[in-house]
Amino acid sequence: MPLITYRQAVKDALAEEIARDPNVFVMGEEVAQYNGAYKVTEGLWDKFGDKRLVDAPISEAGFVGLGIGASMLGLRPVMEFMFWSFCYVAFDQLLNNGSFCRYMSGGLMNIPIVVRGPANGGTNVGATHSHTPENLCANHPGIKVVCPSNAYDAKGLMKTAIRDNDPVFVMESTVLYGQKWEVPEEEYLIPMGKANILKEGKDISLIAHGRAAITSLEAAGILAEKYDIDAEVIDLRSIRPLDVETILASVKKTNRVVYIEENKPFCGVGAQIASIIQDEAFDHLDAPVKRVSAIDAPQIYSMPLEKIQIPDAARIVKKALEIC
Amino acid sequence: MSGEKYTTSNRFIHPNDHRTVTAKKKSKTINKAERWQDVDVHELAQLEINQRLSTDEKVRLYTDMVRIRRFEGRSLRSYQAGKIGGFLHLYEGQEAVAVGTISLLGADDHVITAYRVHGHAIAVGMDPKPMMAEMYGKYTGCAKGKGGSMHMFAPDKNFWGGHGIVGGQIPLGTGLAFALKYQGKKGCCLAYMGDGAINQGAVHEAYNLAALWNLPVIFIIENNAYSMGTSQERSSAFPDCLAQRAEAYGMEWDTVNGNILYDVRAKTYEAIKRAHDESRPTVLEIFTYRYRGHSVADANAEKYRSKDEIIDYKDNKDPITLLRKQFIEEGVLTEEQAKEIDKAANEEANEAAEFAEKSPFPPAESILDDSYWSSDNKGQDPEIDELNQGRFVFEDGGIFDK
Repeated sequence: MPLITYRQAVKDALAEEIARDPNVFVMGEEVAQYNGAYKVTEGLWDKFGDKRLVDAPISEAGFVGLGIGASMLGLRPVMEFMFWSFCYVAFDQLLNNGSFCRYMSGGLMNIPIVVRGPANGGTNVGATHSHTPENLCANHPGIKVVCPSNAYDAKGLMKTAIRDNDPVFVMESTVLYGQKWEVPEEEYLIPMGKANILKEGKDISLIAHGRAAITSLEAAGILAEKYDIDAEVIDLRSIRPLDVETILASVKKTNRVVYIEENKPFCGVGAQIASIIQDEAFDHLDAPVKRVSAIDAPQIYSMPLEKIQIPDAARIVKKALEIC
Repeated sequence: MSGEKYTTSNRFIHPNDHRTVTAKKKSKTINKAERWQDVDVHELAQLEINQRLSTDEKVRLYTDMVRIRRFEGRSLRSYQAGKIGGFLHLYEGQEAVAVGTISLLGADDHVITAYRVHGHAIAVGMDPKPMMAEMYGKYTGCAKGKGGSMHMFAPDKNFWGGHGIVGGQIPLGTGLAFALKYQGKKGCCLAYMGDGAINQGAVHEAYNLAALWNLPVIFIIENNAYSMGTSQERSSAFPDCLAQRAEAYGMEWDTVNGNILYDVRAKTYEAIKRAHDESRPTVLEIFTYRYRGHSVADANAEKYRSKDEIIDYKDNKDPITLLRKQFIEEGVLTEEQAKEIDKAANEEANEAAEFAEKSPFPPAESILDDSYWSSDNKGQDPEIDELNQGRFVFEDGGIFDK
């Protein structure tokens, strides 16, 4: 199986879906002639031209709203945020119009739009460019939120998202764009709401989404090697829909949970998961559900300190040891 | 800036300030911002776009305006009786705008507007019964009680709402136009907003996109002089009029007398031709007037403007009265027919209220419907179900408990 980068996987998904469906187009800042701020769309403009790759001015509210309007008439726009951090200037469009129009019309219309881009800290760009709004977005019924943690998932989930008839927000990671994974050449789709068990284990469940799943896998390695603890690692893949079944099955097996995310803790995804676990698997818990998240302050710029702010394997191990 | 066009004397033009502005007008050449004030209904009647209306069509347009007025009047009574919740933004006084503009639309033309939506909804052909039921929060409502007064949609009539946040619908309308162009259709989108919306950033972003990409969209500012309780001079910076801001984006613009149906049709028709034939956007500022407050909850409706102003409008500038006079003069309508039309419109509005009254409220389980396409269509297509697993709902309030 060929090894390709996360960036290439997203690009392949876009190229395949553009070729497959004439209603699919990509729009965003610098996506066409500049080849993408993070080169995710490199070469696509050359291949597909102006109609399918559209450079938008710096008007997130304007072009996201335009995409939602276009999707009402059956187009399938894939809108790129250079950073998901820029979604805040488009909130009304994303989270009033994108998430609620179908509902407020009594189901008379659909919004088959994909909004994608990187949503991560860890690149020393300060608080304004380091947002992880998956919890905010998932708080809005009507929206689907997926957070691929690797190239294989990024491709399969992107293709699923583009074909879906609901608005899907895809949160990627600039830190992962250059990393390589095995990705098959033949076509595949990955379901939303189906978690991926990265490693089976029996002693503790490390549950995570996005890049934190990779960090958790690293932590599981340390737990096994140094402490003889057999951790199960679950990558949720999508926040909403949520694979509650896999979470609960793991809790029932290991009886201990740490939830790991690069988001801030307050009302974070981990808070929701912890709530579900205590509510639906209380008798199976041998310890409180623990959480590891970004340290609860605006994202700091200073390089060594931002490394500390974002969960690393050592912090996960430490937290796991508290309950093992 | 220099020249008479920008003199301070006509800087703030209010529909209610007609005399002052006319008196201070210095030039014989009517500038575009004031064009709407000097329309001659007889000249307008001779234009091809108005000439082409058959007697039946004219009666239909008049009837639709009356139907809107009576529907709104009935809505107000239901609101005051506590049958309608939340906000109620009434369209009384503005009827010629929705009816005139929408009367020009064809199969590939689309409509989107803000929360003062009932006039447009009736003009596109929505049935008043489910509209009224929607406001009553009933299951027979056009959105099954999920949208309410501000959020009404009829995609089968190319009608895309009904949006609650000021200016938020304008990028959507621009997107509808984008889709028409993308699909190679000869159509356009009428995107309506109030004069208050013009100061929203999203509107300007949409203006830029429409002009930049030559999109067949017509931005219609229904200028009723007040953004809620704030007059234009306290809310908007402008030299002559709000539509003129189009010049910043290289867009065509015009002003329209919203009390004269023929003027609404004439100038909108020019904009539609521009959209259809050249795929270019237009900004139209249609001067109109709302008799009621911003919403019925706007108790100060008579504090930020004088009673005389409202009375002057009703007596001298009312779009329905003016149209009736014109049609009677043309021999299209008689006073007697007009009374019949009014009576029928009243009956229709009352029937809508009765229908709403008798309809059931939605069942509690329906709260969870219509959020996701994939959930609503579960079981229809195994492939789609396979791609949409997991939990979508995290609290159902126990409504499914036996």
